[in-house]
Amino acid sequence: MRNRTFTALVFVSAFALIGATLLVKNEFYFQAAYTVLQFVVLATAWNILGGYTGYVNFGTAAFFAIGAYSTVVLYNAFKAPLPLSILAGTIVAGLAGLGVGYLTLRLRGVFFAIATLALSVVLYTFVVNWDYVGGARGAYVLAPREVPFGFSRYTHLLYAAMVLMAATALAVARAVETSKLGRGLAAIRDDELAAEASGVPTLRLKLVSTTLSGALMGMAGTTFPCYLSFVEPSSAFSLNYAVNSIAMPLIGGMMSWLGPLIGALLLGIVQQVVQVSVRSEWNLLIVGALLVVFVTLAPNGIMGWVSAWRRKRI
Amino acid sequence: MSALLEVRSLGKRFGGFTALEGIELKVAPGERVGLIGPNGSGKSTLVNCICGALRNESGAVVFAGEDVTRLAAHQRTRRGMARSFQVPRPFASMSVLENLLVPIEYASKGGDEEAMAILKDIGLAAKAGLPSGGLTQVEMRKLELARAMAAKPKLLISDEAMAGLAPAEVDEVLPILFRLNEAGITIIMIEHIMHAVMRFSQRVVCLDAGRIICEGTPGEVVKNADVQRAYLGA
Repeated sequence: MRNRTFTALVFVSAFALIGATLLVKNEFYFQAAYTVLQFVVLATAWNILGGYTGYVNFGTAAFFAIGAYSTVVLYNAFKAPLPLSILAGTIVAGLAGLGVGYLTLRLRGVFFAIATLALSVVLYTFVVNWDYVGGARGAYVLAPREVPFGFSRYTHLLYAAMVLMAATALAVARAVETSKLGRGLAAIRDDELAAEASGVPTLRLKLVSTTLSGALMGMAGTTFPCYLSFVEPSSAFSLNYAVNSIAMPLIGGMMSWLGPLIGALLLGIVQQVVQVSVRSEWNLLIVGALLVVFVTLAPNGIMGWVSAWRRKRI
Repeated sequence: MSALLEVRSLGKRFGGFTALEGIELKVAPGERVGLIGPNGSGKSTLVNCICGALRNESGAVVFAGEDVTRLAAHQRTRRGMARSFQVPRPFASMSVLENLLVPIEYASKGGDEEAMAILKDIGLAAKAGLPSGGLTQVEMRKLELARAMAAKPKLLISDEAMAGLAPAEVDEVLPILFRLNEAGITIIMIEHIMHAVMRFSQRVVCLDAGRIICEGTPGEVVKNADVQRAYLGA
C-alpha cells in the first residue's frame, strides 16, 4: 500500500473514532481511550528511535514532560488555545530530541540509554525548581468555559486531539519505515560502521530519528495538563511512561509500525481493565510479568511470532 | 598518469601509541596493490584512515585529485571509495538483496536490477531473498564484496576478504577480484594468505610497526631482508 493511501485510511479511521463522541454516552470510555491512545503515540514514537534505529531511550518521560510543561508555560503566559499548545510542545520536544541526537556521536548502546535516563532526572530537577510552572507544587491548566470546535464536552475534545495525534504518529512511523530513510536507519541499527561505509550519512539520519521520536513523544504530553486540569512534576515525569513505551513495542514487535500499535492497545487496554476491576497498583506488575513472558517466549514480539508462524506454514 | 589514491605522510596515534607514521602511498588507476605486514603492523588502521572510519592526525588522503582528509566515511564512499570488512558485517535484519540496496540507494543511486546483476556476477543470486544472517562464511565474504561493489567504486579496498577460508574457497573469491579489476576497478588487497597476495598483486607494500618498510613487485618483496625480519624475526 502506498503511504498516501495509508495516511488517508488512518485519518478516515481517526475521524470515525472521533464520530463516536456523538454516539457513546459513557464518559469513562473516552477517558480510557485517551490513555490507551496516548500510549499508542508514545510507543510508536519510541519505536522510531528504539526499533528502527536501534538506540534505546529510557527518557520517554522527559520528552512527554517537555510537551506537558510547554502547555503550562503557554497557558500561564496567555492562555494559549489547544492547537497552538500542541504545535509548540511538539516543536520544543523535537528540538530536545535533536540535542539528544548529538549524544549518539559518542554514546552507543547502554551508555546512550543511561544518558537519556539522566536527561529525565536533570529535567525533573529543573522543573521542580522552576517557579513559573509551579515547581514541586504543580500547576493548574483550566479548561476554557466554552468547549471549542463544536464538542459537547472538554473530554471529547481531548479525546479527539489524542485520536488525531495517534493517527499522525502512525502515519509518520509508516512513512519512515517504508522510505529510503527507513532502510538507512535499519542499516544503522544493524551495523553503524558498515552503514557509514555503504554511504549512509549516519549522524544526519540519527538526528532525524531522534528529532522525530522526541517531537512525537512531546506531542503526546501537550494535552496531559488539560486532561487532569492539573500537572505536577512527579506525574509528568512518571516512570510509567518510560517503562510502557519500551514494553509496548517489545511486546508488539519492533520491526514495523504495527508492532507498537498492537503492543500499546493490548497493554493499554489490559491496564485500563485492571484499573477499574482490580486496582491500579497492579499495572506495573502486569507490564513486568508480560515483559518476562514475551522476552522468553517471543523475543521478536507478537509480530515476529506471527511472521515466524506464517513462514512455518509455507 | 596521475594517481587515483595518494596518501601523503599520514600519521595516526592512539594516545601515546604511534600506529602509523609517515605513510606515503600512491595507487594508479586500474592497479592491483597488495598490502601486507605482520599482525599489529597497522594495515587495518591504514585502511580505516583511507576510508574515513578513523581520522588521521597528520598527513593527507587525496582521492581522484580531491583532498578527502576531512570528509566523513560516507562521503568518501559516495566519491567512489568502497571497502569490505575483515570480519563480515552484514546488515543482519535484511535479506541479501536488501543489503545491496543500502549502498545503491545512498551511494550509487542505481536501481534494484543492478543489485541483482551484482549478485549474479558474484554467485549469490540464488540467495537473494534469504536473510543475510544465515549465510556461510564464504558467502558472507562474497556479500561483503557485493555490497562494496554496489556502491560503484573506482577503488575497492578488500580487507582480508579471504582470511579463514579453505584453499578451495580462496580459489572462488580470488577470480572475483580479478574480474572486478578487469572491469576497471582499482584494488588494494590486504591479506595474510601469501600465495593469494603474491598471485594477485602487481605491486606489494609491506608495513611493519606503522611504517612502510618495503615496496616492489611480489618477487622483490619476498626476498627483501627487512620483510623477512619483520615476519620471521631477526
